[in-house]
Amino acid sequence: MGSHAAGGSQAPPTATAGGGETQRTHVAFIFYPSIGIVVFAFDKFINSHGLLMLLFHTNRYPYVTGTSVIALKYKDGVIMACDTGASYGSTLRYKSVERIKAVGKHSLIGASGEFSDFQEILRYLDELTLSDHMWDDGNSLGPKEIHSYLTRVMYNRRNKFDPLWNSLVLGGVKKGPKGDEKYLGMVNMIGTHFEENHVATGFGNHLAIPILRAEWREDMSFEEAVKLVEKCLLVLLYRDRSSINKFQIAKITTEGSTIYPPYSLKTYWGFSHFENPAQGAVGSW
Amino acid sequence: MARFDPYENNGGTCVAVAGADYCVVAADTRLSVGYSILSRDHSKIAQLADKCVLASSGFQGDIKALQKNLAAKELIYEHNHNKKMSCPAMAQLLSNTLYYKRFFPYYAFNVLGGLDSEGKGCVFTYDAVGSYERTGYSAQGTGSTLMMPVLDNQLKSPSPLLLPARDAVTPLSESEAVDLVKDVFASATERDIYTGDRLEIVVINSSGTHREYIELRKD
Repeated sequence: MGSHAAGGSQAPPTATAGGGETQRTHVAFIFYPSIGIVVFAFDKFINSHGLLMLLFHTNRYPYVTGTSVIALKYKDGVIMACDTGASYGSTLRYKSVERIKAVGKHSLIGASGEFSDFQEILRYLDELTLSDHMWDDGNSLGPKEIHSYLTRVMYNRRNKFDPLWNSLVLGGVKKGPKGDEKYLGMVNMIGTHFEENHVATGFGNHLAIPILRAEWREDMSFEEAVKLVEKCLLVLLYRDRSSINKFQIAKITTEGSTIYPPYSLKTYWGFSHFENPAQGAVGSW
Repeated sequence: MARFDPYENNGGTCVAVAGADYCVVAADTRLSVGYSILSRDHSKIAQLADKCVLASSGFQGDIKALQKNLAAKELIYEHNHNKKMSCPAMAQLLSNTLYYKRFFPYYAFNVLGGLDSEGKGCVFTYDAVGSYERTGYSAQGTGSTLMMPVLDNQLKSPSPLLLPARDAVTPLSESEAVDLVKDVFASATERDIYTGDRLEIVVINSSGTHREYIELRKD
């Protein structure tokens, strides 16, 4: 669009019978420039955001966010872990946030991204598990069903241009026709979803998944799985600036879910370069 | 600050080749986002009817929704008509479904393959908003530009201007067509970062559907 503020510069005051010239001029000076500004602002908004964004209010950004969640299948079920921090931009606002929760009898859900949207999702899941329980028919929703439900929810919100700004990890075990079937899946805010033996969200995709791909094996024991998870959490702690040194590990087996109390990992900072940091910093100014 | 983009490209390539009495539909199984691989084992192929298979690449959320949508419509068709949908019928349905969302498209690049009502192989190729054409072979997705020239060269599709009209389906045998598809994927995997890991090949012929998996380069 080439011309803008057309209203302000071109339209003259309309002629009416009788006096009130001064008032009309004042109206002209205020009314037409206002239209001009509105047209100008509209045009600028459209050019930078697109028509669709005017119709659907998409001015949504995440505010309080959690960082990576990692999870992997092991012999008895699924292990999931994440830190307990929630950031407000670059501020570490909350340090004791639980980003992994149990869902029903058979699943765990972990979330990264906007924490309030995760709380909303937990409310949806409460409704879902409640109505599932009220059928009282001996059936219960397994992790596959919950993952499918969450995928639909995320995708439909994305279709309305009003996404839940999360990446969700869904893991669990349920008895199926072939025995205990372990399930681990992920769904992101626009509805991309998949199932794998090990998943991670956010920075975990770049830092933890390579480690998991190299060292994960089928049927690891709980201790081995925890060691592998801790290895990934440590890398994330060192390299992800929004992670904190306070983690929670959760596991889900046919016996049920357990979310362990938070704990910290030992970190090593004794590198020679850190000892005398100003050593090589002569500089020219 | 992160701005919301409702689309992402999860990559991958799909191919279909029609023969006299068979159809080969193939797609890689890599699911990517940005420069990361989310999964090396994610199928892009959906069997919609017993003689009709859809392979799609693009945004996986839309692909799964589209495939589910079509599967549901096919079931309703079966209930209404007491028979499974034929491949040409599904082809039209897919086109209509895509155009229905013309102003917020399914970011899915589709190749539909199967046997038509006479048992001859058919391939239909689509763009994201539903324009389609019946051809003898097609490739869609991130590696399609690498594959189509090779397919054109090997499958020598006759000119549509010739009289009498020549069939676009290839005279190659089923195993030759499958070998060609494997070769073409191996080539695309070399140069397209989004194509690789594993190749899923589905062959539809008069005896039914047969599935095969081939390893591809994982880098």
